[in-house]
Amino acid sequence: MDLRYSESDEAFRKELRSWLDSEVPAHGRPPSEHDWPARREYDTAWQRKLYEAGYAGINWPKEFGGRDASLTEQLVYYEEIARANAPYVGVNFVGLLHGGPTLMSEGTPEQREKHIGPIIRGEEVWCQGFSEPSAGSDLAALKTKAELDGDHYVVSGHKIWTSFAQVSDYCELLVRTNPEEKHRGITWLAMPMDLEGIEIRPLPTIVGSSEFSELFLENVRVPVSCRIGKENDGWRVTNVTLSFERGTAFASDIYQLQESLRELTRLAKVLTRDDAVAWEDRTLRRDVGHLAAELDGLWALVKYMVSEAGKTGVPGLTGSCVKLYYTELKQRLGDLSLRLLGRASLSRDDVGGMASETIVYEALQSLSMTIAGGTSQIQRNIISERVLGLPREPR
Amino acid sequence: MDFQLTEDQEALRDGVRSFCEGRVSIDALRELEKTGFDRELWGELAEMGVFSLRQSEDAGGVGLGSADAVLVFEELGRCLAPGPVTWSHLAADLVDGAATGECVVGGIDLSRTNSDPLLIEHLEHIDALLVLRPDGIERIDPKALSGRAIERPLDPFTPVHEVAELPAGERLGDAEAAARFRLEGAALASGMLLGIAEASQELATDYAKKREQFGRPIGGFQALKHKLADCYTRQELARAAAYAAGATLDDPEVGDVLRAVSTAKVLTGDAAMENARACVQIHGGMGYTWEVPAHYYLKRIWVLENQFGTVGEHAERVAERIAVGD
Ligand SMILES: Cc1cc2nc3c(=O)[nH]c(=O)nc-3n(C[C@H](O)[C@H](O)[C@H](O)COP(=O)(O)OP(=O)(O)OC[C@H]3O[C@@H](n4cnc5c(N)ncnc54)[C@H](O)[C@@H]3O)c2cc1C
Repeated sequence: MDLRYSESDEAFRKELRSWLDSEVPAHGRPPSEHDWPARREYDTAWQRKLYEAGYAGINWPKEFGGRDASLTEQLVYYEEIARANAPYVGVNFVGLLHGGPTLMSEGTPEQREKHIGPIIRGEEVWCQGFSEPSAGSDLAALKTKAELDGDHYVVSGHKIWTSFAQVSDYCELLVRTNPEEKHRGITWLAMPMDLEGIEIRPLPTIVGSSEFSELFLENVRVPVSCRIGKENDGWRVTNVTLSFERGTAFASDIYQLQESLRELTRLAKVLTRDDAVAWEDRTLRRDVGHLAAELDGLWALVKYMVSEAGKTGVPGLTGSCVKLYYTELKQRLGDLSLRLLGRASLSRDDVGGMASETIVYEALQSLSMTIAGGTSQIQRNIISERVLGLPREPR
Repeated sequence: MDFQLTEDQEALRDGVRSFCEGRVSIDALRELEKTGFDRELWGELAEMGVFSLRQSEDAGGVGLGSADAVLVFEELGRCLAPGPVTWSHLAADLVDGAATGECVVGGIDLSRTNSDPLLIEHLEHIDALLVLRPDGIERIDPKALSGRAIERPLDPFTPVHEVAELPAGERLGDAEAAARFRLEGAALASGMLLGIAEASQELATDYAKKREQFGRPIGGFQALKHKLADCYTRQELARAAAYAAGATLDDPEVGDVLRAVSTAKVLTGDAAMENARACVQIHGGMGYTWEVPAHYYLKRIWVLENQFGTVGEHAERVAERIAVGD
């Protein structure tokens, strides 16, 4: 057991930190949450910079343009990205965390050639068309159908909650190719988003932006060459995809919460409540200290998980524990921050010299995190069944 | 960085676990409930190196670090090892015979002012009593104390006496030594709490798999599955924090020692308490009986919660640590 980073890890940290120190401020502030084309431009331009400096695809193999960093270097990377408040992966999320890795393990040489470079260079943006109105947690119940017609699949159906759809080039689309089989009747397609028959209707979220959309697909002709893996083997491919999503996908965000907590303590030292500085309130201090301990514990668990993966070669089920705990913790931190803000929380602009904008945004946005990427209830099912061996839910 | 157990650490943990499973089983504990303290067991723990674990090899000890000690105390927690194990371990270099088990050392932490009654644990069985005060550590001869034996202690394996006052004792260390003692005590108590968090989760999970209602194992009901998934998650978070505390004590350059230890006490304290409560609940009516050991866990947790700082005190300490510099 050794928590010390190696000299080469620290050298990597130094180099990355000095790069971030100059590039992050130079990249400027992100555009308005409503201007999607500008957000695509901002996020992909940052991705390109990372690529050119050799920091893109931190865990991707070198042959695909990645850095192939060691696990400990990845941790250093997540810490430094968070520390520097670097731009969020944003619209590149699906491509970098799902699409690319899925192609690496399941794509043909041509498919890899076509997509992987553009994804990592920030030239190609992907979205994920998995969920449907009646297939959410029960994803394998999806109905969007695809029928073979010569060298095309003709696709019709209705997808929902598709993040970044309005600025994407490709969609990882799950379709039903065999209505007789539930799990073994699903196929995975990389659908170009400019095809005839795709209608995108943005859905406003509780934050007020339109991060996700509905997709209406009517007789969309997707070339068979867009199929990833075999026909009817999409469920297995999907599980490959999803295994990339848990694991360390949240690492930087977790580390970043330390900053939100520091913001909260700074606030507590300037705000007065009941004629005293809020920070003098022991109950508040204990609540803050409690959250800080939980965050530290969570970061230690990430380190534990990363070391475990280094030993066994696979990301363990600890990923579900991290996702579950992190997302609920983030909501509790949001609650505490809003309570501390008091009436300033009624404004989504900065008021009274306080960072209400960010605090309110984070608190609202945190509500999506226990839903997206497998709800907290689904994570609990996974932990209780796969780790503790309790009886399975009906499927 | 490699935050996994080394082979030596795994061997250490496995060795202590198999000793505990054989020697400190729940059935053995039930016997102890009648007879009180077991000096023979104490000698065996000493022989295994529980008390001399971190003492240098020159001084006759095993020469291991705090991370190793946390692992050992995790196992001692799991099996509810009775007696003042933490105090005796911490006293290895301070009190002759503590490391070898010849001198059983108990203690009381008075380093924070409060109006608690003076309840001394294991008074009848100890040969030396250490008192932790803000300005130092003192040693008192337990025989010099008179007090009232509490007939019904909360934890059946932690007998207590109420004494009116403590005479001045022999000074063994200064304020800094006392602070260090308390810090290490908190880390070891965290190890024990972690062990109890695991043991109560496992007891509850086993029961949930066996007990049937409505024609199927109750562990198939989601209300219980989710409760158990939360128990497991809390326990894993607590484990990471407790191990990190040990590793940070061994190598203070990797982090803020005070923050790491307080974090561990907060998270292991919470995990143990909530898991033990869940364990009672999941056992239903059985859980409320003396027969099911769930209550033993819960009661020991209350003892440990009040040793070397409570969850609340440590949470406040963490808040102080993160607020410095801002
Ligand atoms: C911000 C955001 C972005 C998203 N982006 C995408 C995207 O890009 N692409 C995409 O395909 N999807 C996306 N999703 C969809 C997301 O994956 C689903 O919302 C999620 O899987 C839950 O499905 P659902 O919304 O249909 O809820 P439901 O499955 O209907 O669940 C409703 C409630 O019932 C509970 N529940 C359901 N089944 C069980 C069960 N077996 N046991 C206990 N409780 C249960 C759930 O936990 C939840 O509380 C996104 C969602 C959000 C919030």
